[in-house]
Amino acid sequence: MAASIKLSELPVGASATVREFPKTGSAFIRLREMGLLAGTRVTLLRTAPLGDPLEIKLRGYHLTLRKTEADHVLVEPTTA
Amino acid sequence: MALPSHISSSAANPSSARTPVYALVGNPNCGKSTLFNALTGLKQKVGNYPGVTVEKKVGTAYSQHGQPITVIDLPGAYSLAARSPDEAVTRDVLLGRRADTAQPDRILCIIDATNLERNLYLVHQILDLGRPVLLVVNMMDLAAAAGTTVDVARLEQELGIPVIACEAVNGRGLIELKLAMSRADLPLARHAWAIPAAIAPAVTELQASLIAHDRKAPLVARAEALLLLTDQDSVRVAGSTPLHARTGEILRTWQQRWEGEGTDWAGTLVNSRYDAIGRIAAEVLLQTGETGPTASDQIDAVVTHPVWGWLVLGAVMTLLFLSIFTLAEYPMNVIDAQIAHLADGVKSAMPPGDLRDLLTSGAIAGVGGVIIFLPQILILFFFIGLLESTGYMARAAFIMDRLMARVGLNGKSFIPLLSSYACAIPGIMATRTIEDQKDRLVTILVAPLMSCSARLPVYLLMMAALVPGDRVPLLTKVGIMILMYALGTVGAFGFAWLFKRTLLKGAPPLMIMELPPYRLPRVKDVALHMLERGWLFLRRAGTIILGISIVLWFLSAYPKAPDGTTDQQQLAQSFAGRAGHLLEPAIRPLGFDWQIGIGLITSFAAREVFVSTMAVVFNAEAKDDDTTPLRQAMLAAQWPDGRALFTPLVCFTLMIFYVFAMQCISTIAVVRRETNGWKWPLFQTAYMTGTAWILSFIVYQGGTALGF
Repeated sequence: MAASIKLSELPVGASATVREFPKTGSAFIRLREMGLLAGTRVTLLRTAPLGDPLEIKLRGYHLTLRKTEADHVLVEPTTA
Repeated sequence: MALPSHISSSAANPSSARTPVYALVGNPNCGKSTLFNALTGLKQKVGNYPGVTVEKKVGTAYSQHGQPITVIDLPGAYSLAARSPDEAVTRDVLLGRRADTAQPDRILCIIDATNLERNLYLVHQILDLGRPVLLVVNMMDLAAAAGTTVDVARLEQELGIPVIACEAVNGRGLIELKLAMSRADLPLARHAWAIPAAIAPAVTELQASLIAHDRKAPLVARAEALLLLTDQDSVRVAGSTPLHARTGEILRTWQQRWEGEGTDWAGTLVNSRYDAIGRIAAEVLLQTGETGPTASDQIDAVVTHPVWGWLVLGAVMTLLFLSIFTLAEYPMNVIDAQIAHLADGVKSAMPPGDLRDLLTSGAIAGVGGVIIFLPQILILFFFIGLLESTGYMARAAFIMDRLMARVGLNGKSFIPLLSSYACAIPGIMATRTIEDQKDRLVTILVAPLMSCSARLPVYLLMMAALVPGDRVPLLTKVGIMILMYALGTVGAFGFAWLFKRTLLKGAPPLMIMELPPYRLPRVKDVALHMLERGWLFLRRAGTIILGISIVLWFLSAYPKAPDGTTDQQQLAQSFAGRAGHLLEPAIRPLGFDWQIGIGLITSFAAREVFVSTMAVVFNAEAKDDDTTPLRQAMLAAQWPDGRALFTPLVCFTLMIFYVFAMQCISTIAVVRRETNGWKWPLFQTAYMTGTAWILSFIVYQGGTALGF
């Protein structure tokens, strides 16, 4: 079993599966409602030109979130 | 206390027997507006929900048999657990919480076939309501292009409600939809999903309280109970009926208990919905081809590229401003000529007198001064609509977010602020896309600091007076212009930073935003949106602008001087002239005399009016664009003791004053509308004009001390 890293530490272009997700905080509830849940597969597509926010792909669509939120989402990189 | 009339309206609407009322709901970017326009054509009424600045759109569609059907286009929402006033209105209308809008009879849900799972989340919440629901699966063509298809028959079977495949853009599926909409009976959803055991007792208890104390119908009560669990710091908006205290108590008790046990109640609920959706999606989503990188991905690789991204952003913005200034020129000239023509017509048709002056110099001139900016405003609305519908708006916000974050805003404030360089009005009206109320307010408060196009004539006149000789060297001109624009921009960001730390302190804004795929814009929808916006501005601000224009006219026309006096003498002894004298002690430390004071007052009609006021004050015939006579007259102007009035330092100070002062009744009127009261526009006028005074004071006194 691969070690979990922060979503914000995922290399650009890499895919991962969400493992741990904060329980509280309105930002995280909204992220869940947008479909980012434990078990969801995500791909980090790119960062904005200035390094923040991030653009991820999940469930067939693209979503941005800031590093401050991505820091709290633990993911397990998919080994290609 | 809940009103009985409102309660009964949620149970049975007597008028619904004749015209059924549909609520149209869906995620943002799923083609909802296109479908609404296709269904209702131009039979739409656009207004506001009372007490909130959320657009209320109601239209009439006709069934295949010509029967009218009312359609309410509810704001786009990702979830009924509202995070923005827009989503709060959608939630409240669907739950029958708003006294101003009866609970709709039926719900028309639209989802994007290319993004099925996330779109079904809202549908899943809506099916809880126990109302008849029609589901439209839009963008089937785009899904096919992306290599997937949605098995509509299977989805219908899974949910137990009518499901119609549709391409709203080209009208495919619309006939089937209208046929379904006019069905007398719609089946209720087979929507038996198991509420997770960990939270089921709480849902039951909350539901019982909602039925007993809030008088909700059982199914609505259950839906609302479920919602309360994910609606943690829910957005409450004006016009929404508050819940009974008992219900709130039950909710808090459960939350405390769960917190103690470490139960992730909201997460459990969201997870179980997505589990149910995942099972449905597995049945109905069919892979028909390979999914490689889409065209949208390829565009994004350039548009959000660390180098190309900035160039594209710069090019788009340059194009925007070029078109505003070049395209708007023609209609502006036409409007100018028409207004002059109209005023002349009234002048020749009426006997001379106060009433004639009121009409020509007050009403026509005042309203004309605002209408003249309408082409610019409309072009801006068009561009904003274009940027929104193509998907570029989200990218601009994505690129700019980091910079905006430095002052505590997020990327969504970028376009409103940028638009304000042309005119603050569309900029302020565009802040509605900012979900967070405090961020939105901060953006509104600082937007007028961006130097708008009405300040240009003032800057140009002052520069002409500032630099000796007939022609201002290009480099000086450019340098001073850049300085003025930079000052306004720095001011806007500085104040945004300050307000976010003091007055409107809040959590750092989030940047959780969908980046929708690029799409070709629908010019018809964009044009319609532009006209709606323009009309909204005229209707909302029109009365205030007309009123204040007349007041300003009255101030400069009364008391009447004896016959035979010149315009110059008339103005000097009018109320405005006297106000200028009254104002002089306050503006003398800035190097301004009472004559400039008159200009500062009349500028409230629109900043550029300063130029024409100066022409009257100094009795100079300003011909079209040539300000030479006026410049000479101004340079000859003196203080009573013989010192020159318009020294270079005074001209420069005056420009600084115009950068910061809030002198625009149209903007004040729009801010009043957008913030629902006089508090914020008055605060804004005070802080901006105060800053203008202080900075002008520093510049003038500092400059004088340094010997300029």
